[in-house]
Amino acid sequence: MLSKTISVRFDVRRRQILGWLSALAMFHGGYASTAWGGVKPLRVGLTPAFVHDEYGMLEEWRRYLEAKLKRQVEFVMRDSYRETMDLLRLDKLDFAWICDYPFVYLKDEVRLLAVPLNQGRPFYRSYLIVRANDRARRDMRDLKGAVFAYADPYSNTGYLSPRYQVRQLGEDPARFFRKTFFTWSHRKAIEAVATGLAQGAAVDSYVWDTLSRLRPDITAKTRIITKSVEYGFPPFVAHHAVAEEDYRAMQAALLGMRDELIGKRLLDFLNIDGFVVGDKHMYDDVAKMMHAFGEY
Amino acid sequence: MGVFDLSLRHKIPLWGSLLIVASALAISTALLFRAYDDLKQDLFISSESLGQTLAKTLFPALLHDDLWRAFEIVHAPFHSELKNNPLEAESIFVVNDAMQILVASDPGELPTLSDMASIGPEYRRLATELRLAPLTMTRAYDFPEARHYYIATPIAEAGRQIGILVISHDQAAFWQRFLDMTVRSMLIGLLVVAVILPINWYWGRRMAEPLVDLARGMDAMMQGKPVPLPTAENYSYRDELGQLFAAYRKAAAALNEKTLLEQEMVRTERLAAVGRLASGIAHEVNNPLGGMLMALDTLKQRGQLDTATTKTAALLERGLQQIAETVGALLVEARVPARRLTKQDCVDVHTLIEPQIRKKRIKLDWHCDMPEVSSLSAGLVRQILINLLLNAVQATNADGHIMMEAIHTEKALRLTVTNTGEPLPEAVRKHLFEPFVAGREGGHGLGLWVTYQIVTQLNGQIIAGGQDGETRFVVTLPLQGSTL
Repeated sequence: MLSKTISVRFDVRRRQILGWLSALAMFHGGYASTAWGGVKPLRVGLTPAFVHDEYGMLEEWRRYLEAKLKRQVEFVMRDSYRETMDLLRLDKLDFAWICDYPFVYLKDEVRLLAVPLNQGRPFYRSYLIVRANDRARRDMRDLKGAVFAYADPYSNTGYLSPRYQVRQLGEDPARFFRKTFFTWSHRKAIEAVATGLAQGAAVDSYVWDTLSRLRPDITAKTRIITKSVEYGFPPFVAHHAVAEEDYRAMQAALLGMRDELIGKRLLDFLNIDGFVVGDKHMYDDVAKMMHAFGEY
Repeated sequence: MGVFDLSLRHKIPLWGSLLIVASALAISTALLFRAYDDLKQDLFISSESLGQTLAKTLFPALLHDDLWRAFEIVHAPFHSELKNNPLEAESIFVVNDAMQILVASDPGELPTLSDMASIGPEYRRLATELRLAPLTMTRAYDFPEARHYYIATPIAEAGRQIGILVISHDQAAFWQRFLDMTVRSMLIGLLVVAVILPINWYWGRRMAEPLVDLARGMDAMMQGKPVPLPTAENYSYRDELGQLFAAYRKAAAALNEKTLLEQEMVRTERLAAVGRLASGIAHEVNNPLGGMLMALDTLKQRGQLDTATTKTAALLERGLQQIAETVGALLVEARVPARRLTKQDCVDVHTLIEPQIRKKRIKLDWHCDMPEVSSLSAGLVRQILINLLLNAVQATNADGHIMMEAIHTEKALRLTVTNTGEPLPEAVRKHLFEPFVAGREGGHGLGLWVTYQIVTQLNGQIIAGGQDGETRFVVTLPLQGSTL
């Protein structure tokens, strides 16, 4: 029982290690053969902003980008936004796919690269969910005194937005719920509600929608009671230090994905429709909410 | 007849079967008790080790109030598909000092921050127990009439306890597993019994068969008619049974010999008595017969007899002559001193028998090994030989074969006459040497009787035998001063 879980974890870790090893091998091979010999690899930070289960597909995406950029690309995955943000701050990442909240938070260090299209538009919402069999609760007000799951302290839809909604009700988000906890990903927040550990959670609409496609058995155990206003979709950002031509190349690679067969397949896997250039004013609402909590 | 009087043929396999079934039952019962204990022990041990592992990993999660991490930890053991494993916990949960559920593997049943007392009587009872006796180490709770076993482990490190981890096991699943084990072991037991019982049956029969046979044999022996035992013939081992069979064979042989001896004695005595009677009568008849023949002779010589008297006298003479011949044959006189047997006698007999032989186109093998002069009486030996040869000629079909062999040693003369043809029927052989027993058509039935009488008077022995279409008579006559 336990050993199996451990072995699964080990398996994941082993796959990671294998990935690193192959990356390393490629790195060395790169020097020797051709392609991107000698040039520093581009490091792309990935966060739980999207549903990533299939490491094989991610690897394919990485190779796709390498082929497009003619340069080595490294994916750096972290389980919390905080860690990715720290890596950005420490200049250990060139690009990152982060949540809109960290984007606004890091507005001085990063600049907008591209915004994914979710159901054709570069926006998403925060879903307030409860257990499917919980018929009594209809909105945030009914969750007073409940056990509530937040996704990540740097998530907009999973933390900032629900707290803002509570605040709109004239309540103190710190006292409104009986108990709160972080699951560090939207998917796990959905699972927390599905299993009954939390009576409510606020999650990324994109993640919920994607999960309902991949694992309908999990989402079927939850019920969306309210949907928030639209927010700008978690963007791809570039560190300020990234050279202009690298910035352009990466942007072009992302924007061009939906015009190619392989790119389309990868987009389909990510459950997005493509990338657009975006506009940083799309994230003004986030800044407003942050302001309400004295963070902006 | 009671069960104990049954034949060993049934009793041995029956007792064996009873013993096997009883052993199988006893062993499986003992094993089941043992299995129950082991299973329960395994459950507690595995649960204890799981509890301690989980408690250790849970400590930092609880310390940092990381509810999700804590949930992932208590939920981890349930990813396995082995749902029916009785060692699998039904649920794992953590309670705080206030006996509230902090986190549970199935939050739907045990919601976070719910009071244990409010969940159900079993949980209320557990809460009371946990409150009354604070835990210092892992403890198992087996409440009477409860549906679960509970194994509680304190979540503590360096003297600081921040909760209690409880693993609950469904007793029904445990019992189901035990039942499965019982059924399985019973099936195996049945299989073993099904294999052993026929073996036992076969072995029992095999053991009993010789004994039963022996008992039958002993029974027959008691009635004086010992029979050969088929199992004894095939029994080649020298165990007690083999010894019994050997003893039986010995006893049976001795008994048979005794019976034969007795029969022979009776026969010999009878023949001797008949011989005495016959020769007694013959003597008695012979004396007046001589007188009567003499008188007839005198009457004929006197002459002047009318035709009727002459005719009657001739009739009387022929009748008396026939009586004289028969009586003469019955009168065996061996004590009369006579001429010694010589080599020439053998040739004479051959010459005498020749015409008969030729008439029937019989092939004759003649082998005569005789000294110039023997101490035996020539007349008697000649009579014996002629009788046997005539007998053989009569018994042999045309184109048959007769063999005569006379061997003279220092102690005895052995005459063997063999002829081809039908062997002697058993009924005939029994009364062979009695007078007037015509073994074959045409004989007056005195030849062999006379031969027997002569041989007996000479202290010799005559044996009739033969096989494979041959009949053989062997006469052994001791020389003077010798015995057989």
